Amino acid sequence: MTAVVERPAAPGPPEPLASTPQQKPEPVRRTGVLLGAILGIWVLGWLLFQGVATLPLGRATLTGFHTRLNELRDSFDAARDSNVILDVVVGGIRDAIDAVVVGAQDLLSQPAFPRPVPQIGWLGVVALLAWVAYALAGVRATILVVLSLLSFGVLGYWSESIDLLIVTFTAVLIAVAVGIPLGIAMARSRAVTAIATPVLDVMQTMPSFAYLLPLVLLFSIGPSAAVVATLIYALPPVVRITAHGLRTVAASTIVATTSMGSTKAQLLRKVQLPMAKRTIVVGINQTIMAALSMATIAALIDGPGLGEPVIQALQTLDIGTAFVSGLAIVIMAIMLDRTTTAASQRAENERRVARDPRRRRIALVVGAVLAGVGVYLSRSYLWAADPDRLPDLGRPLADAAGTATDWFTDTFSAVTGAIKDGFTYALLNPFQSLLADSPWWLVAAVLLAVAFVLGGWRPTLTTAVCLAVIFGVGLWQDTMVTLTMTLVATVLVMLLAVVFGVWMGRSKRADTALRPLLDAGQTIPPFVYLVPALALFGTSRFTAIVAAIVYAAPAAIKLVADGIRGVSPTTVEAAESAGSSRLQIITKVQLPMARSALVLASNQGLLYVLSMVVIGGLVGGGALGYTVVSGFSQAQLFGKGLAAGIAIVALGIMLDRITQHAAARSGRR
Amino acid sequence: MSAQAPPVVSEPVEDDVSARIARLDEARRNPLLHVDGLWKVFGARSDRIIGTPDADLSRRDLMAKTGCVVAVKDVSFDVAPGEVFVVMGLSGSGKSTLVRCLTRLIEPTAGQITVAGQDITSATDGQLRELRRKHVAMVFQHFGLLPHRRVIDNVAYGLEIRGDGKAERRERAQEMVDLVGLSGNENSYPDQLSGGMQQRVGLARALAVDPSVLLFDEPFSALDPLIRRDMQNEVIRLHHEVGKTMVFITHDLQEALKLGDRILIMRDGAMVQVGRPDEVVGAPADDYVRDFVSDVPRSHVLTLRWVMRDPRPDEALEGPVMGPDTVVKNAAHRVLASAHPARVVAGGQLLGVVDREDILRVIVAEEPA
Repeated sequence: MTAVVERPAAPGPPEPLASTPQQKPEPVRRTGVLLGAILGIWVLGWLLFQGVATLPLGRATLTGFHTRLNELRDSFDAARDSNVILDVVVGGIRDAIDAVVVGAQDLLSQPAFPRPVPQIGWLGVVALLAWVAYALAGVRATILVVLSLLSFGVLGYWSESIDLLIVTFTAVLIAVAVGIPLGIAMARSRAVTAIATPVLDVMQTMPSFAYLLPLVLLFSIGPSAAVVATLIYALPPVVRITAHGLRTVAASTIVATTSMGSTKAQLLRKVQLPMAKRTIVVGINQTIMAALSMATIAALIDGPGLGEPVIQALQTLDIGTAFVSGLAIVIMAIMLDRTTTAASQRAENERRVARDPRRRRIALVVGAVLAGVGVYLSRSYLWAADPDRLPDLGRPLADAAGTATDWFTDTFSAVTGAIKDGFTYALLNPFQSLLADSPWWLVAAVLLAVAFVLGGWRPTLTTAVCLAVIFGVGLWQDTMVTLTMTLVATVLVMLLAVVFGVWMGRSKRADTALRPLLDAGQTIPPFVYLVPALALFGTSRFTAIVAAIVYAAPAAIKLVADGIRGVSPTTVEAAESAGSSRLQIITKVQLPMARSALVLASNQGLLYVLSMVVIGGLVGGGALGYTVVSGFSQAQLFGKGLAAGIAIVALGIMLDRITQHAAARSGRR
Repeated sequence: MSAQAPPVVSEPVEDDVSARIARLDEARRNPLLHVDGLWKVFGARSDRIIGTPDADLSRRDLMAKTGCVVAVKDVSFDVAPGEVFVVMGLSGSGKSTLVRCLTRLIEPTAGQITVAGQDITSATDGQLRELRRKHVAMVFQHFGLLPHRRVIDNVAYGLEIRGDGKAERRERAQEMVDLVGLSGNENSYPDQLSGGMQQRVGLARALAVDPSVLLFDEPFSALDPLIRRDMQNEVIRLHHEVGKTMVFITHDLQEALKLGDRILIMRDGAMVQVGRPDEVVGAPADDYVRDFVSDVPRSHVLTLRWVMRDPRPDEALEGPVMGPDTVVKNAAHRVLASAHPARVVAGGQLLGVVDREDILRVIVAEEPA
């Protein structure tokens, strides 16, 4: 007799929100047909007008805009001591950061005059950092830190490595100090979110290369410019993830604690921050990894660290040296990633395991004493201070890597050459011709039309503005070449993403096997990817594209895999029970249902590829990247490099907006 | 489930029931919670709708016309001290919004709310906080526990934020943990407990601040049926022990009938009926309520008041004497065993009689036709 009471309310539906009867029928979108038509018109126009109005610019040629930027740089240099803002504000920031960095270098990495070695020698640094790792992340992380630090010394890059750590962590400390309060403010106020979000968007979508020259304008070259560039690049993750962590604290918990009379401050301190702690540590991890990758690149503006030997080696085609210094960067990336990940897991587990807090306290004190002994030894004995006294594995390793590369290229040059040429002639050149040899107005019209078809009015407007900027800075054809490489590389990235993403999404085993590799791939600073690409393919556009694909693929693959995995198992089961073949399930169910993940993956892929293609200017990528690089090295090309940076940003924003709107659209359907 | 073995709830003697009804009716003249003309309309410029003809539109029409949704529509009721008041309705009927309006977790659009004589609608933020900290506590469907705190610290949370000393709040929290039958689990984390145990933590947390009113927002809807029954008995037991005034939200009619002194039935934000369980089942206000209660075993809810009739002249008034608020099910045995109709008597006056046929009619009517 236990009657079930729940029953559909027969008279009148109870939920008026669920059904909106006066919904207008969506207009049928024929995106594919429209894009095909655009392509057809484009090819036709290209056939007719090839080579007309392509706006080329010679390597050393400057436009009026570029010379004006040069003059601007000169006037900044001249005004550095006289102008109040430049002298007091910017100068103050510069001096403060320089003081911190140089002070830390004296202490840890560079000879502190009159000492021939730093205040604290290698043994002391290892002991201190090991203690920090133990306190924050546990025993395993400590072992990893010790081994990694020793390997820097053994590879012969002790001071460069510690310098890189100093630049990275100076930026990270500022980023955390600014970012967490900002994240809190964003989580609590819509107004702050509305203002901060587009700024963070720009900071994140801007290819790292584009930051450097404007900062040189303000800070001149050196550690402070490097730290500020790193800071700008590393700030968004911690802000975003902090805000996200606070926002995702369950609404029911917030209501429950509010219903008990918590004040806003109590809510933040006792509920939101503790519950978001783990997420915030993840944000700090992301910030550290971003900072590391930018601090490496900042070697281009004379930032101290491991980036310097890599760049030198890339420019002299010394693969062996590039390999060893790149290896040191990879080791550092793994060390930082593992340590911070362990720290975030610890934040979660600490309270769970009811360990005796006294034992931990004793261990910490013992560790501190050991660290003190290490520091004392490193100040008293040269063997504990001078990293050159460590056995040198770097030189032999570099030689071996150089020999191996030589052997490889000699033996397989036919294969690698065939791949490179085939790709270049069959795909890259025709497409580049279509983009760069068409009249500028034709390409502009095509891009606007594509933006409209994919995303509607708003991205079309943005595209118009971006194209105007690119036209205005006088680097149209270079931009088109860069765009070509970006698009071609992105297409290949998406192919990889679909193949591997579907595989990983469908097979748990493939996922477990590949995901750690992809994660590792994502932690490595992009710079490092240039080394193997250069070793295999020499200097060429193709090399830059290969590096870009390797750099961008992991993120795209993971997005697609997650999208496929996110397709409701019930739907897949239903399709299976209807008798679909495996291919049909993939093409008719899983891929269409994961469409927004695919579009998002291409958005991310485009931005990653763009930033890497530009860095590829260092290994023969040419076009905008090359122009930026030469802006660093040649004073008279500074203005042109800066203009190239602006063009890169415009290109990035344009691609981002178009794909973002396309993603939003596909998500809506 | 209940480790503490709650005392078996004895069937209240029928005179007690009548006395309780009378006492609550009397106490309601000076209600602990008073709600008058409460409205909640979601949407832009929602305050302009009340008082216009638009307010009388159906939800769907109003949505189409103004884009606003009426969640609570002109609701008024009084709750006596010590009363268990159940608000019952299907999902989307506005009951959860209503209960959140009571402490202004959701800001009401119009109307008046008074708790123990204090006007809530005009209270400042500080007064409101004071009210939430000391006088009104709430239990939630999804518990709303803090995952990073142990059970004992969750229970002590309300005491902590109002500034009670550590030793004092520990002691009080431990009492509450014991009261809800969670002794031994005070150092666990919420995710180490079953759903039923987590809700006991929620209950202990609400009781810890010794509030005068307890609000329950569908507290047992997320639990398994067996555990739900356990928890319902737990609430009845706690009500006996601590005698708190309770406002209980549910979509489960059985739960409403089991727990409520009175039941408010809502539909599309509006009140449909307010009454004691036997009134709701015995005299449904409209077809909606009638349909709703049609599956209820009537003999479990209806009292003799609903089945008695005037004695026929030929009947001997020698049967057993019973109170008018005796539930039919409980009276059945004695009436069926007696040769004469039972007499329904209150205050020494004969109200009517009930014979076998009257009882059987109620019981048989429940069999599906």
